[in-house]
Amino acid sequence: MPASVHSEEQDQSMLDASAPQEEQTDILELDEKRIVVLPGSSDTAASFQFEGEGHTLGNALRYAIMKNPEVEFCGYTIPHPSETKMNLRIQTYETTTAVEALEKGLDTLMDLCDVVTDKFTTARDDFNAAQADRMEA
Amino acid sequence: MAPLVPSQEELDRRRIVDINPETVSNIPSTDFPGHWPGESHEWSLEKFKNDLKIDFHRNERFEASFSLIGVDASIANAFRRILMAEVPSIAIEYVFVHNNTSVIQDEVLAQRLGLIPLKGSVEGINWMRWFKKPTDDDPNGSNPADYNTIVLRLDVECTKNPNADPEEDDPRKLYKNAHVYAKDITFHPVGRQEQFFAGDDAIQPVNPDILVAKLRPGQSIEMELHCIKGIGADHAKFSPVATATYRLLPDIKILRPIIGDDAKKFAKCFPSGVIGLEKVTREEAKQKDSGYEGHEGELKAVVVDPFKDTVSRECLRHEEFQGKVKLGRVRDHFIFNIESVGQFESDTLFLESVKVLKLKCARWKRGLTDLMR
Repeated sequence: MPASVHSEEQDQSMLDASAPQEEQTDILELDEKRIVVLPGSSDTAASFQFEGEGHTLGNALRYAIMKNPEVEFCGYTIPHPSETKMNLRIQTYETTTAVEALEKGLDTLMDLCDVVTDKFTTARDDFNAAQADRMEA
Repeated sequence: MAPLVPSQEELDRRRIVDINPETVSNIPSTDFPGHWPGESHEWSLEKFKNDLKIDFHRNERFEASFSLIGVDASIANAFRRILMAEVPSIAIEYVFVHNNTSVIQDEVLAQRLGLIPLKGSVEGINWMRWFKKPTDDDPNGSNPADYNTIVLRLDVECTKNPNADPEEDDPRKLYKNAHVYAKDITFHPVGRQEQFFAGDDAIQPVNPDILVAKLRPGQSIEMELHCIKGIGADHAKFSPVATATYRLLPDIKILRPIIGDDAKKFAKCFPSGVIGLEKVTREEAKQKDSGYEGHEGELKAVVVDPFKDTVSRECLRHEEFQGKVKLGRVRDHFIFNIESVGQFESDTLFLESVKVLKLKCARWKRGLTDLMR
């Protein structure tokens, strides 16, 4: 958190300030949140609770985890619409654990994002170049 | 055992979501390990790389349209949701009213100001940090500083125009500043903001002609506006897109020939350009049981461009086309349409949404390492 730099008076123009000391590489959230493992879990079957997540990550992550052949079952739910919590259930075969499957799912999604970024950038640059050519002609 | 590879025909069938007269069927994707006996469907980055295709249709500052082919609906939907609710942008959040003698109330005016889309140096906006609001746990929150708050001012006073024609009845000519527009908002850089938001990159409204308030001589507005960075999930004013939508590519299959007047009627069931009319050739007319024999030279309906279709299902309502046509949508062909409000280029917004999804994963993965120990 940025240190206090000037008076508490809100109704006042702000002053100059030096940037906070710690570098924030994360653009979304300031503080780290932890994954909670819900009670009743075993190595191969566990429910995880993600605070502050919804269908956006829930469904995408469910897809990525289901793509793993070592996973027997994966599903997600938002237990109550007015709480920003997302529960993810993973059951795996004996060859792996639920936590490993979750980690692999996150890796899969990150790899996927890289590929989409690459392809999108090339497709856009090609399209822009083609448009520019057409404008000249 | 080597994994079973289904026939091309079967793969094509799985790729289409069926559209029936009253229902939609074959909806869920089935490309998961264990769904089809003997088939693999395991995640493969190589395969994904080969199958993913992106085609641009248009790319302008305020609107981009492209096809994202080869991803699952859950992924495409994640990008769409992130675009609307989780890509950060700046908007007016705090309004300090020093004076407001206009007829519009402070709170109504503040609400209107918040919704004005702002633009400025993208680099500067990326450099900006979050402004933390006071909460129960943290009653102080952050203090405004150059890296989290942008100061704008709106200082207008309405006066009589001494040079106006006495017969004049247009208040804009009769008075000065009778209408307050978004362009009257002025930017007051603080600290390092001067480096980032200089010249054309200054913070300014995207649309200068938004009417904010109306004044009469003697009335004035004097306020200080603080902009912060936020996300659409918190308030729609922070959403960087006007709309971000996708639709699935329509698919039209003509199963049995549609010839003559029927063909013309069939073409009319679709938007123009979707169905074309072609003459039945001699070779086709010669083929037995093709449905074309004896119809040489007549017109037949052919699918020209399903992209333009709206899938109105009109053709399914007519008796004469029963069983001759099959409508569907391609499951993994998403036609995205992204309209930017102006702060960012519409194409960079999509890249931004991919980045946000990746960051989300990275953050949770860091949280996971505690769990492993």
